[in-house]
Amino acid sequence: MSGIDVIGLTAERAMGMLRAGECTSEELTQAYLDRIAAVDGDVHAYLHVDAERSLAAARAQDAVAGDALSGVPIAYKDLLSTKDVPTTAGSRILEGFVPIDDADVVARGNEAGLVSLGKTNLDEFAMGSSTEHSAYGPTRNPWDLTRVPGGSSGGSAAVVAAGCAPWSLGTDTGGSIRQPAAFCGLVGLMPTYGTVSRFGVIAFASSLEQVGPMALTVRDAALLHQVIARDTDRDATCTGPREPIVVPDAGRLDGITFGVPRAELEEGVEPGIRARFDESLAIATALGATIVDVELPYSRHGLAAYYVIAPAEASANLSRFDGVRYGLRVDAPDVRSMYEATRDAGFGPEVKRRIMIGTYALSAGYHDAYYVQAQRVRTLIRQDFDTAFQGVDAILLPTAPTTAFPIGARLDDPLAMYANDIFTLPVNLAGIPALSLPNGLSDGLPSSLQIIGPAHSENLLLRLGAAFEAEHAFDVVPPSMRSGA
Amino acid sequence: MSGVELTADEVRHVAALARLGLDDAEVERLGRELTSILAHVNTIAALPIADVPPTKHSRDSADSLRPDVARPGLPREDALRNAPDPSADGFRVPPIGA
Amino acid sequence: MSAPWQRDGYEAVIGLEIHVQLNTASKMFCSCPNNFGDEPNTNVCMVCLAHPGALPVANAEAVRQSVRVGLALGCQIPDVSEFSRKQYFYPDSPKAYQISQYDQPLCGEGIFRVPGADGFTVRLTRAHLEEDAAKMIHAGGEGGRISGSAGSVVDFNRVGTPLLEIVTEPDIRSPEDARRFLTLLRATVIAIGASECDMEKGSLRADANVSIRPIGSTEYGTKTELKNMNSFRFLERGVEAELERQLGLVQAGERIDQETLHFDPTTGTLSSLRSKEQAHDYRYFPEPDLLPVTQDQESLAALAGHLPELPVARFDRLSEAGLVEATALVLATDTGLAAYLDDLALRTGDLKIAANWVMGELQAHLNADALSAVQSPVTPERLAALIALVVDGTINQTAAKEVFAALVADPAATAAGVVQDRNLAQVGGDDALGEIIDAVLAAHPDEVEAFRGGREQVIGFLVGQCMKQSGGRADAKALQGLLRARLSS
Repeated sequence: MSGIDVIGLTAERAMGMLRAGECTSEELTQAYLDRIAAVDGDVHAYLHVDAERSLAAARAQDAVAGDALSGVPIAYKDLLSTKDVPTTAGSRILEGFVPIDDADVVARGNEAGLVSLGKTNLDEFAMGSSTEHSAYGPTRNPWDLTRVPGGSSGGSAAVVAAGCAPWSLGTDTGGSIRQPAAFCGLVGLMPTYGTVSRFGVIAFASSLEQVGPMALTVRDAALLHQVIARDTDRDATCTGPREPIVVPDAGRLDGITFGVPRAELEEGVEPGIRARFDESLAIATALGATIVDVELPYSRHGLAAYYVIAPAEASANLSRFDGVRYGLRVDAPDVRSMYEATRDAGFGPEVKRRIMIGTYALSAGYHDAYYVQAQRVRTLIRQDFDTAFQGVDAILLPTAPTTAFPIGARLDDPLAMYANDIFTLPVNLAGIPALSLPNGLSDGLPSSLQIIGPAHSENLLLRLGAAFEAEHAFDVVPPSMRSGA
Repeated sequence: MSGVELTADEVRHVAALARLGLDDAEVERLGRELTSILAHVNTIAALPIADVPPTKHSRDSADSLRPDVARPGLPREDALRNAPDPSADGFRVPPIGA
Repeated sequence: MSAPWQRDGYEAVIGLEIHVQLNTASKMFCSCPNNFGDEPNTNVCMVCLAHPGALPVANAEAVRQSVRVGLALGCQIPDVSEFSRKQYFYPDSPKAYQISQYDQPLCGEGIFRVPGADGFTVRLTRAHLEEDAAKMIHAGGEGGRISGSAGSVVDFNRVGTPLLEIVTEPDIRSPEDARRFLTLLRATVIAIGASECDMEKGSLRADANVSIRPIGSTEYGTKTELKNMNSFRFLERGVEAELERQLGLVQAGERIDQETLHFDPTTGTLSSLRSKEQAHDYRYFPEPDLLPVTQDQESLAALAGHLPELPVARFDRLSEAGLVEATALVLATDTGLAAYLDDLALRTGDLKIAANWVMGELQAHLNADALSAVQSPVTPERLAALIALVVDGTINQTAAKEVFAALVADPAATAAGVVQDRNLAQVGGDDALGEIIDAVLAAHPDEVEAFRGGREQVIGFLVGQCMKQSGGRADAKALQGLLRARLSS
């Protein structure tokens, strides 16, 4: 054993230890690998760990006078392509697939000297809110192993909460960073659309998703976001952030006006979540902020619009999995049968569900009624936010209406599963940023606060998040994961 | 439109478009699930918003074109590395069939 | 319009869909080389192979060239256009969707004029930019496989080649006009340098939508689509065959099915390509990985202002300068030859004389030696010097042809040098010609007698004899004048 206690260790602190020479990256990486060996059997958050490869990368960082983050370990959602390292998207159809290049965000991580610990579990092709839809089995929530960690970036959340990585990258198409961050007591940032490259991110719904950081603290999230938020010539929709990302210090909220869409909180929000949320409003006021009501009348239609647009895009994005160039092939006497057999065997039930919805919504006779109508609702949701931001700096909502639910509880009811994302989906439809951060406990499980801002307001959101974080003083280590527990 | 119910034939038609080979049990289950999901989706069908312009792209236009500069492709062994059924220089597929 | 196709009270209604591969350096949505004929699967990348996570980024030059083609064809260029996904599963389509354009193409409506005494106009519906598909190489039966079960091998080199699809309204009324229109359209695209438009290599491909209707009707009949006719001749013959087939069906009281047909030029027959699959449902939707492409009026005006002279305008210019239509058409559609002509005409100061040389000796030499005009050793400068010797009477036409051949054979030779070395200068003085005439008349008393007896045509024989006597160098005009004078004296 290395003797380094990685439980609850922030990336910033790890960075400090490395730069001060208190430990090497190899020792730190070994400590995480030990931790993974100890608890990942229970949590099942990693799909792929290659200890030798990670240690070699760590030694390489130890051998050079690296940048600030050089040698700090990280975990990547298995939706992000990693050169020469298997990447499955949580699907059987990509079993054995080895990308020939890194995703841009992974390349940025490598350039910064980050050391990959492995690839994390997810709902197949990021379609889900619980990580139960992984073809490789569910991940368990480190706060309560009988519960889900959220999803789709459930593995990326669970590894950080369990002390199996200091931070991680996830992707967010309808809440897939923020909701698992909320369920696992972490900070998660959904960036403004078009500020982080999607190249090498296995596509689910192209117009909705971004890569973002998942971390123990707001400052860690900011540090990691600095690494990945960059322009690229490999994603036509990405131009990078408008201004450099700043690592924030906690402060007061004087002069800040928060909007609260109270009508959205009327139904379906667990009392504990609501109570913690109201306490945060009191904190905001105490820190000098003003709270006003805002209306987002079309937000309630976000779920319906999302479940047309996202599956429509997904149905096309997943058509490339045809058994010709990579991945699974089920042999058949002719091409068409090969396609059908391969895709039937390779995709899980949730993926099939979404491909079917999307194909239906785009098919002749239904295209306008479903797809175009959903695009109109998308316009109205954007306008709602635009209007609201004329009067407020940011909008506050819980990230999820519930705490982590038991494994299996919603598996047979797709709509109930989808409904867990009602507070996060409208943000993706609008293409704006949102920060999720822990907001105390409800019945022993993490509750959450979501701060939503206008496009390119990441620095503001991080600064506001740091202020709440200091007041919440949330203990990020789940009781069962504490040293000696 | 809220009374939409997908028949087994419709499910099979959509599955054929998507090249999903479904067995009868899957057709039955998906018919049920899609009917219930579409019932929810249909809550937006009646909104009187025909004059609202659809949002067709995720963000405003930007200078997103690429200069016309050619770079060499992958070495062929890399291109074929993941192929389920590679030939010496390409990707083998079954006959197109009837 | 040349004679419209009309039979037994029916007329032809033809529209074309033309695919032009743009000759950019790189592909449409990735930086792989846009090369024809390389080893299979060597110009491919993650984007070409549709690897998970690969994203398209559109080629600015392909957009620019498409807009130039649109401007050259007289199309409106909208301020905004967008890419869409056209979905279909086939091994030649790695994403199972083609990035194409749907309701917002780069180039909108236009009108294209085929000039000439029997000219006509064709309305263009649109021109949109898309990516080409991969190539399937159908494998022969391999050992150990059940007969007939051999599959294909896919080569992704061609996938992603920029393709401009130009769609016309059904305004063409005969197979011949279809060929004429396509010839001029091809010449226009070549003139602006956007594509080689080589039908054999597939860089120009044409599909035809064909139907017939009662003459005078304004409604359209059921159309069939003829796919990928890879030469102008096949286009004309294929459409002709399809019109006859449709007429036969109508006259037999049978129905014309809307279907896609393949023309086999070796048998002259048409076969249906329709598989038993249900009608296509392409499920178009806007490509979320690409942002809309915008055009500003200033840049469009600049692009339009910098287009070279286009074939239609060139035809008009050459016709107005007095060239016959057939000559003007050849020169209008051959940019290289036309450039040569313009250079030559500038040097000689006479377009018609220059055109005669270009259409005659020069073209014969280019064809014989398989050269383009710019490759010929006989530069406009050298040819102009030769023409000057003809114009000033130094040499006659016969000698000029010999000099031209010498200029072809020896790139270092000059026209004047050849004339001197070979003693080709015209024998034109009255004295010199008089001597020759005397000798010829003395040698042919019978013919002289016959001429004087009224058989005037004999003079041709006598001129020929004199020319022979001069070694071909006699000034034919002067010779004939002198001979007549002598014979009537």
